[in-house]
Amino acid sequence: MEFKELIVEKIRSAFNGALSGVNEYRGDLSLTVDSGKIAAICKFLKEDSELNFNMCEDVTAIDQATHTNRFTLVYHIYSLENKFRLRLKTNIEAEMTDTVTGIWQSANWYEREVFDMYGIKFHNHPDLRRIYMPEEFEYHPLRKEFPVLGIPGSIPLPKK
Amino acid sequence: MDRILKEEADSQILKALMADTNITIEDALENEMVLNMGPQHPATHGVLRLLLRLDGETVMACVPELGYLHRGYEKMAENMSYLEFIPHTDRLDYTATMCNNVAYVLAVEKLAGIEAPKRAQYIRMLMAELSRIAGHLIAIGTFAMDVGAITVLMWAFREREKIQEFYDLVAGARFTTSYTRIGGVASDVTDEAISMIKAFIDKFDKAVDEMENILNTNRIFIDRLEGIGTLTKEDAIRYGVTGPSLRASGVQHDIRRANPYLFYDELDFDIPVHTEGDCLARYFIRIEEVRESAKIVKQIIGKMPKGEIIANNPKRVLPHKTEIYSKMEELIHDFMIVNFGMNPPAGDIYSAVENPKGELGFYIVSNGKGAPWKFKIRSPSFCNLQVLPLIVKGAMISDVVAIIGSLDPVMGEADK
Amino acid sequence: MGIEAGLTSDGFLTTTIDTVIAWARKNSVWPMPMGISCCAIEMMSAVDPKYDMSRFGSEVMRFSPRQSDLMIVAGTVTYKMAKVVRKIYDQMPDPKWVIAMGACTSTGGMYRSYSVVQGIDQFLPVDVYAAGCPPRPENLINALMEIQNIISKTRARDYPDKPLVQFDLNKN
Repeated sequence: MEFKELIVEKIRSAFNGALSGVNEYRGDLSLTVDSGKIAAICKFLKEDSELNFNMCEDVTAIDQATHTNRFTLVYHIYSLENKFRLRLKTNIEAEMTDTVTGIWQSANWYEREVFDMYGIKFHNHPDLRRIYMPEEFEYHPLRKEFPVLGIPGSIPLPKK
Repeated sequence: MDRILKEEADSQILKALMADTNITIEDALENEMVLNMGPQHPATHGVLRLLLRLDGETVMACVPELGYLHRGYEKMAENMSYLEFIPHTDRLDYTATMCNNVAYVLAVEKLAGIEAPKRAQYIRMLMAELSRIAGHLIAIGTFAMDVGAITVLMWAFREREKIQEFYDLVAGARFTTSYTRIGGVASDVTDEAISMIKAFIDKFDKAVDEMENILNTNRIFIDRLEGIGTLTKEDAIRYGVTGPSLRASGVQHDIRRANPYLFYDELDFDIPVHTEGDCLARYFIRIEEVRESAKIVKQIIGKMPKGEIIANNPKRVLPHKTEIYSKMEELIHDFMIVNFGMNPPAGDIYSAVENPKGELGFYIVSNGKGAPWKFKIRSPSFCNLQVLPLIVKGAMISDVVAIIGSLDPVMGEADK
Repeated sequence: MGIEAGLTSDGFLTTTIDTVIAWARKNSVWPMPMGISCCAIEMMSAVDPKYDMSRFGSEVMRFSPRQSDLMIVAGTVTYKMAKVVRKIYDQMPDPKWVIAMGACTSTGGMYRSYSVVQGIDQFLPVDVYAAGCPPRPENLINALMEIQNIISKTRARDYPDKPLVQFDLNKN
């Protein structure tokens, strides 16, 4: 069967009930999964010998600006042998989720960027600190309530 | 909101720096020094700050610090229309500017479901390959300058100036061009420009030969780079490295072959691969890729089709300038697209192309309005820099310069 | 400079000395390229064989601030980087001049966002602004010639020896 159906089939049989949505748009396959199971699903996808998703290309988050389920985490993973890219999405509630750094080392800095920009913390991350903004910065810029022009005085400037 | 105090942050950085290493070196003095290779440094290829923990001259640990060029692209993109963001994409990987333009409009076209005409796609391929040559020339030139061969930088820039003349002729600007548009390209490539590009490419292989002759058999160059900064195949895949650094470690992965875009599947070119994974291998990959790109340019010039350069999709694509001034519907569409944006349907896509530095990907979430709801740039330099603390361990401090040069980060896209 | 800076009147000898010193200074301006982003590539293009900037005396791009007299700030200065730029500027010895190259350094450029300083003249005294995004190499050479004009009008007593001060590293 086709590779896309193979993935969905395998995840359905291994994780009963965790897969809540399958969406295909403009050729991209994206799966919505439960937030508690994301680390286990990622481990399964990497270690399965047929699927073999060995490269994590991107970890990012979307701020939906709603009261419940405000953030959606998005993982893009790639399989070099099958030349296939998959997107995994989870809606998280409490701004805290599991890290996938143990599965793919490249997620280390991506998760740091998500923490810096959105304020989402990751359990067991080896080194969770800000990556772009200075350490003393108090806000998380990519949240929808943060203005584009910034908050005056949030980062000090040297005197003339 | 949790506030991390400066002292706590410093202690976290120090903890990351002093984490246990399993390298033991016998040293009589048994002293270790923390050196700050600061954001302003001639050899860090931009504003990259490295904190190095040294035992004499050997590096025990390295913690890079980014963010000195963080300009807030993703936040700005949520507040401007898709068309207004095109000049910003120029400044991402500023050594190969047309490649970023092409990558961005391909992503937006995928989101909106527009297909550009064939001549526009061929022109985009031509410009992307010329950009790839220009970007690799800077990489090779500055890399050789860091290692000591300053002449090669001048020769590389001499060739790059000729390419920038073509940009000037075709797009109007020599460096940050903003040449592509959603649905096509901004202006046509005349036959005179094509013949000038052909004359340049015919002489280009000899120019690369000149540069290779001075470097490839040079004892100093080879001694400085061979065996330095070795990146194994498993580490490269685990750390998400893409581009020449991945191909120098033995993985034959190029997006132009794996998930082809534009018309690359109609052209004939090789993907060079080396297996050693050290700095010298990454240098050889770049030289060979430059020659392959020259081959591709020759094929494109031979195959360039005739036709329109911009798609005919009135609700999403800007109409021709001559028609705006004379017809009513085109004027209205132009007004709507420029002021309110082109309103693609709601949904999200990820589109990636092969930039000179690696895989540049755009993840765009649209909610049906003129500006994207979320815009993420997956920049290759950010991902490739993650591997720096790993390959710098155990090297001497003067090798750090060579290793950074061979990984070739561009901070404009690493910091977004 | 020592003795000639103490000359206070405008007689024949002093203006000749001023002219000679200004001529020597303006034809050997050693720039310190604070190359931060895209404008740095155009600055490198300004010293390449096509738009040779070393014809004007700026042969050596001294990366050490202690050995240079002109700082060309090329690239977007963010709030995080502003502290570093100021520190480097403070380390340059007198007489020193600053070129703000490009739109980002002059006024913040096309980046109206939370992390970009809207013009480096908020924390540095700037002498010449070069417009463009990025300015063409000829534009940068024009800016250098403007600096040379400014230098030719200076007098030796504009730069007296200052008393040694304790450099406070924690000031900024």
